[in-house]
Amino acid sequence: MSNLVDVGVYRSGVIRRNWSALLMQRFYLGTLVIAIFILFLLLFSIINQTIGYISVTQAIKAEQLSAQPLETLTSEELANILLEQTPRLLLVMVRDNLNKVATDQFTSTALKDGINGTVPADLADLTPRDLTGDAGPAAYARLLAANLTPDQLVSLIEVNVLKVEIEQSWSLWESLTQKAEIEAEVAASETGEELRFHSWLNTKLLTQRNSQRVEEAGIGPALAGTAYLLALTVLISLPLGVGAAIYLEEYAQENFLNRLLETNIRNLAGVPSIIYGMLGLTVFVNTFSSITQGRSILSGALTLSLLILPIIITNSREALRAVPSPIREASYGLGATKWQTVSRQVLPAALPGILTGLILGVSRAIGETAPLIVIGATNSISTYPDSPFSRFAVLPFTIYNWSSQPDAAFKNASSAAIVVLLIALLSINSVAIILRNRAVSKRV
Amino acid sequence: MMNNQVNPINTKTHAVQIQKVDIYYGSYRAVHDVNIDVHDRKITAFIGPSGCGKSTVLRAINRMNDLVPGARLEGEIIFQGRNLYGKDIDAVEVRRRIGMVFQKPNPFPKSIYDNVAFGPRLLGIKDKRTLDEIVEKSLKRAALWDEVKNDLKKSGMALSGGQQQRLCIARTIAVEPEIILMDEPCSALDPISTQRIEELMLELVDQYTIVIVTHNMQQAQRVSDYTGFFSIRRTEDASTGKDTRWGELVEFEQTDQLFSRPAKKETADYISGRFG
Repeated sequence: MSNLVDVGVYRSGVIRRNWSALLMQRFYLGTLVIAIFILFLLLFSIINQTIGYISVTQAIKAEQLSAQPLETLTSEELANILLEQTPRLLLVMVRDNLNKVATDQFTSTALKDGINGTVPADLADLTPRDLTGDAGPAAYARLLAANLTPDQLVSLIEVNVLKVEIEQSWSLWESLTQKAEIEAEVAASETGEELRFHSWLNTKLLTQRNSQRVEEAGIGPALAGTAYLLALTVLISLPLGVGAAIYLEEYAQENFLNRLLETNIRNLAGVPSIIYGMLGLTVFVNTFSSITQGRSILSGALTLSLLILPIIITNSREALRAVPSPIREASYGLGATKWQTVSRQVLPAALPGILTGLILGVSRAIGETAPLIVIGATNSISTYPDSPFSRFAVLPFTIYNWSSQPDAAFKNASSAAIVVLLIALLSINSVAIILRNRAVSKRV
Repeated sequence: MMNNQVNPINTKTHAVQIQKVDIYYGSYRAVHDVNIDVHDRKITAFIGPSGCGKSTVLRAINRMNDLVPGARLEGEIIFQGRNLYGKDIDAVEVRRRIGMVFQKPNPFPKSIYDNVAFGPRLLGIKDKRTLDEIVEKSLKRAALWDEVKNDLKKSGMALSGGQQQRLCIARTIAVEPEIILMDEPCSALDPISTQRIEELMLELVDQYTIVIVTHNMQQAQRVSDYTGFFSIRRTEDASTGKDTRWGELVEFEQTDQLFSRPAKKETADYISGRFG
């Protein structure tokens, strides 16, 4: 019996096989650790730039303006500070923040028509041209007090009165490890710099418009543009993509043409996005400019829809295909028509998979920059989009633009905008995942 | 050829008449020359080895084969005096009138209530009270009501295999078909669940014509009034050496007679377990 199995050879074989199994297990663990490390590094480098010390100079101290901190004052009190300190700039502030007509017509339009907000009755019929002398600034201060939040007024004061300027910024890591050196450096400066611990991710960043000055720069219109663009993209691409998938999967015959189409759709998912941008520029911006109004959100959304359609179609088809055929048979067996079967059994069962495709598509669309630059997303837009035909700014382009600014502080602002983009992406995905899980649990 | 002389108008005793039926998948002939008269309000069983075409014939009766690309039928299947494969016949309506229960219990991933109400809703019934009545009646008829009446909202998938199959029967009954086709309805079930389904078939037959495909010859003997035995035929093309197979009906008789005094030796061999 013992001659049948050579025990020694058999033993050593087992040891070798077990050892190589262990080696492979370690290898896979190693790759996972590297992946997690890289992810951690990415998050660290972003957050590192988002919080930290800044040194600022200012023309006048806030304490000289008011006994109480500015944040505790009412809109009227803040507007009065502006009136006392910078009476000549109030017209510009009103025009920049409240104007709703063309800039060159603002001075000749009655305030009740030109102002986006409430106008006191005694000022309603006057135009800025009528308000001469001291009457002008006083009226503008009242308009600002009535229509702007205290936060907005505080930031106007910081920019125009205190003239806060960021001289230098440090990363979180530097701020924590080299605190003494930074303090010494700032104290030694001749310009009267003041050290502040500053989070670049703040409400000002979210609400303000873009600016050449980093102290004022915000991503308000860009964030709104991205949201508007994505909503429109989903609205266009979801019905189109799911419709195409239903046709290809449920109705089209299995033939050469269909297979060719499927291969091509898969390949389209890998086409560089700039090519979609060129296509969008030619087709949507130029050829169909009478419908899309040229470089509009609609053109951008149509282009992004083209970009993510292959992803949605492919994923939806796979989800439809994965619906068990006994469910279809049972439905047909009860006398359901094709459409009744598709709409009442197949689509609900495929919904989670379709939503997965949508998540993948939107995740790709939210970060796209190249095609949108071609379509005409700009960074110089300072108005919020109000219709599908508005010109628009988008977050990824703002991030790119800021990170290539010579002023180093813009890199910090750019990092903060990246955090906003990531949070937006995660929250969109969370909503889709919650919807998907609800669809799964509904399926019981 | 059996039963050739049957009067096609005589629908009182014959619910479905399968006449000279050949079924093709593309160019492949799966079933050749099947003639069967399915008797009204009787249980008819199809038995035979795997690949003999008995399921194919069953699925032809309510045009489920139409769903297979390339499937085609020659010959006629007469139901209520009309050829089911005639030009003016809508397969959707055929399937409503001739229901089907499948091999593996396949409840929809929905509640018990929604499973049973699915068919009536397809027909446009929306009234809650009407649906409630249909659901209760169908579940009672399928001998499932007492077990599930307190949690109709529970998922159909959460029931046991035997309960799921009875749910599928209830779902079929809910659209008031005249014939129920059952494709090996017990092959995925344990013996006790099988027994319950068999009892149910014997109860349902007073109202419905039932055709059942089964691998279990005891089952055919226990429940059916008529049995059709199918077998595989094969030829070899001498020049190419290509093996061609198709299914044929060997014998169709009253069950007692087929099992006690089979006319064909092939049938006798199969039912005595000598092949198949």
